[in-house]
Amino acid sequence: MSPNLIALLYLASGVLFILALRGLSSPETSRTGNYLGMSGMAIAIATTLAIAAPSQITTWLIILLGFAIGGTIGTVIARSIPMTAMPQLVAAFHSLVGLAAVLVAAAALNAPQAFSIGEPGAIAMASLIEMSLGVAIGAITFTGSVVAFTKLQGLVSGRPVVFPLQHALNALLGVALVVLIVWFASSESHSAFWLLTIVSFVLGVLIIIPIGGADMPVVISMLNSYSGWAAAGIGFTLGNEALIITGALVGSSGAILSYIMCKGMNRSFFSVILGGFGGETAAAAGAVDDRPVKQGSAEDAAFIMKNASRVIIVPGYGMAVAQAQHALREMGDELKAAGVDVAYAIHPVAGRMPGHMNVLLAEANVSYDEVFELEDINNDFPQADVVYVIGANDVTNPAALEDPSSPIFGMPVLEVWKAGTVMFNKRSLASGYAGIDNSLFYRDNTMMLFGDAKKMTEQIVKSL
Amino acid sequence: MTHRFYPRAIGWAVMAALLLTLAFPETAFAAADIETDPFVTRFSMFVMAIFVGYYVVWSVTPALHTPLMSVTNAISSVIVVGALLAVGIEGASLFEGSANGTAKTFGFIALVVAAVNIFGGFLVTQRMLAMYKRKERD
Repeated sequence: MSPNLIALLYLASGVLFILALRGLSSPETSRTGNYLGMSGMAIAIATTLAIAAPSQITTWLIILLGFAIGGTIGTVIARSIPMTAMPQLVAAFHSLVGLAAVLVAAAALNAPQAFSIGEPGAIAMASLIEMSLGVAIGAITFTGSVVAFTKLQGLVSGRPVVFPLQHALNALLGVALVVLIVWFASSESHSAFWLLTIVSFVLGVLIIIPIGGADMPVVISMLNSYSGWAAAGIGFTLGNEALIITGALVGSSGAILSYIMCKGMNRSFFSVILGGFGGETAAAAGAVDDRPVKQGSAEDAAFIMKNASRVIIVPGYGMAVAQAQHALREMGDELKAAGVDVAYAIHPVAGRMPGHMNVLLAEANVSYDEVFELEDINNDFPQADVVYVIGANDVTNPAALEDPSSPIFGMPVLEVWKAGTVMFNKRSLASGYAGIDNSLFYRDNTMMLFGDAKKMTEQIVKSL
Repeated sequence: MTHRFYPRAIGWAVMAALLLTLAFPETAFAAADIETDPFVTRFSMFVMAIFVGYYVVWSVTPALHTPLMSVTNAISSVIVVGALLAVGIEGASLFEGSANGTAKTFGFIALVVAAVNIFGGFLVTQRMLAMYKRKERD
C-alpha cells in the first residue's frame, strides 16, 4: 500500500469516529453512529495489519490471541454490567486507555524501528517529546482512573483525602515531571523514561484522592479528556492520523463535559481539582434541626398524586443506589393510567457521571421524551401539582438562589418548591453531600417520605 | 447557553503551540525547508479535530452523555494500532529479554488492554443506546 493510501484510510477511520459522536445528537441517529464508530475501528485495525503484515504464522496467532483474550473480557463485561455501575465501568475503561498509552510508548522506546521513528539510541527529539507527553498523561490517566474506580465502586471511602502540604507536594512532582521530560527528550535515557512514568503514576493518585465522591462527575469527565490527550500524544509519536483525530475529539469531549459539570455545580474547575469538598463528614456535623417537618405515608403520597393533574419526578443519586428506577417507572405508568401527566426532571450533576440518570430511566423503559433537562423544565414547576423528589437533595435547595452565604449559592437548581406539593423520599433528614441543610424540608407544602427509595416507591405503586 | 470560554482557551493554546514551534523550529522542522514537515500537517489536523470535536460534542444531547463517554473510551482504543506494530516485530519472541522482545511483550499487553476497551466500549454503548426508546403512540 502506498503511504498516501494508508494516510487516507486512517483519515477515513478518523472521520467515521467524528460521525459516531455526531450520531449522539439524538437517540434515533445514535445507534447508526455507534456502527460507524465500529467500522472506523475495523478500518484502522485492518490498515495496520495490512501495512505491517507479519510473515510468521506465530505472530498472527499472538495477535489473534490478544484480540481473543481482550475481546472476550470486554464482551462479558459489556453484557453483564448493571447500568447502576456505569460510572465505575467508564472509569475502568479510562484507566485502560491510559495504560495502553504507557505500554505503547514503552514499546516504541525499545523498538523505534518498528514505528519508523528511528533506531534505538537515535530517536528524533520531536518523537521523544511527543512520547514523553503521551506517557506522562497516559500514566496520570491510568492511576487517576484506578483511584476514581475504587471510590465509585465503594472499595475505598468516597471521602476526600487531604493532608498537609498536599499542593506543595503536587507542585514539586509537577516540576520533577518537567525536568524528567527535558532529561528524557535530550538523552533518550530509559531510566528517565521509567522515572517519568513512576512520577506520573504517583501524580495521578495524588490528583484524584482529594476529590470527594459527589465531585465524581467532574473527575470522570476530566479523566476522559486526559485519556484523549494521551492518545493524541501517542498518535503524534506514531504519526497516525486516526489516533491524532480521535485524541483531539476525545480530549475536547471530556473538556466540554467537565465544563458542563462544573457549571452545574457553579464551581470553578480549579476548586474541584484542588479538592477537599464533598465529604460525607460535613453532613454528619450539620445542625440537627428541631423544626417540625410534615411526614407522610405511601398511602398519603399515592392519594395526592392520583388526584394531581401534573406530576414531575426528580431523581438523584439515591435512586441509583437503591436501584429504584424500575419501581419509579411503574409508579409513572400507574399515574398515567389514572390520567396524570408525568414528566422527569434531571439536573446536570445528578448521579455520579454525566447523563447517569438518563441511562437508568432508559433502562427502566421510561420514554426519553418524558425526560427533561433543567433548562427545559424549570419553568414548569409552578404548573405542577406534585413534585416527587427521589434520592436528590442539594439540586433542589432554594438556598442556592436565596442565601448568598450558602456554599452552593449560585448553583442552578430545580425550583421544585414552586409546585403545589413537594414530596421528598429520603432515608433521613440528613443534609446532602454539600453538608447544607435544605430549608425545603420544613416548608408547609413539603411532605417527607422517609424510607428506602425503592421500598417507598413500591409501596406507593401498591397504594395506587 | 454561554460557552464562550473554550474557543478562547483553545485559541490561546494553539497560539502558544505555534509560537513554541516558531521559537524552536529545529525540533519541529527536521526536514528540508521546501516541503512541509509531516509534523506540521499532523498538527494542523490535530487543531482542526479539536474544533470539530468542540462543535460535535456541544451538539450531543445531555441525555446521551453517558454513552458519549463509553463510546469515546472505545474510539480512544484505536491506540491498538501502536500495539499491533509492536506485536508484529519479527525475529523476537514474547517475554524475551532483548529490546525487541520487550517491545513485543509491551505491545501484546497493550493489545489485550485495548481489545477489552474496543469490545467493551462499543458493546456497552450499543446496549445503552438500545434502551433509549420513545413511547409508541397509537
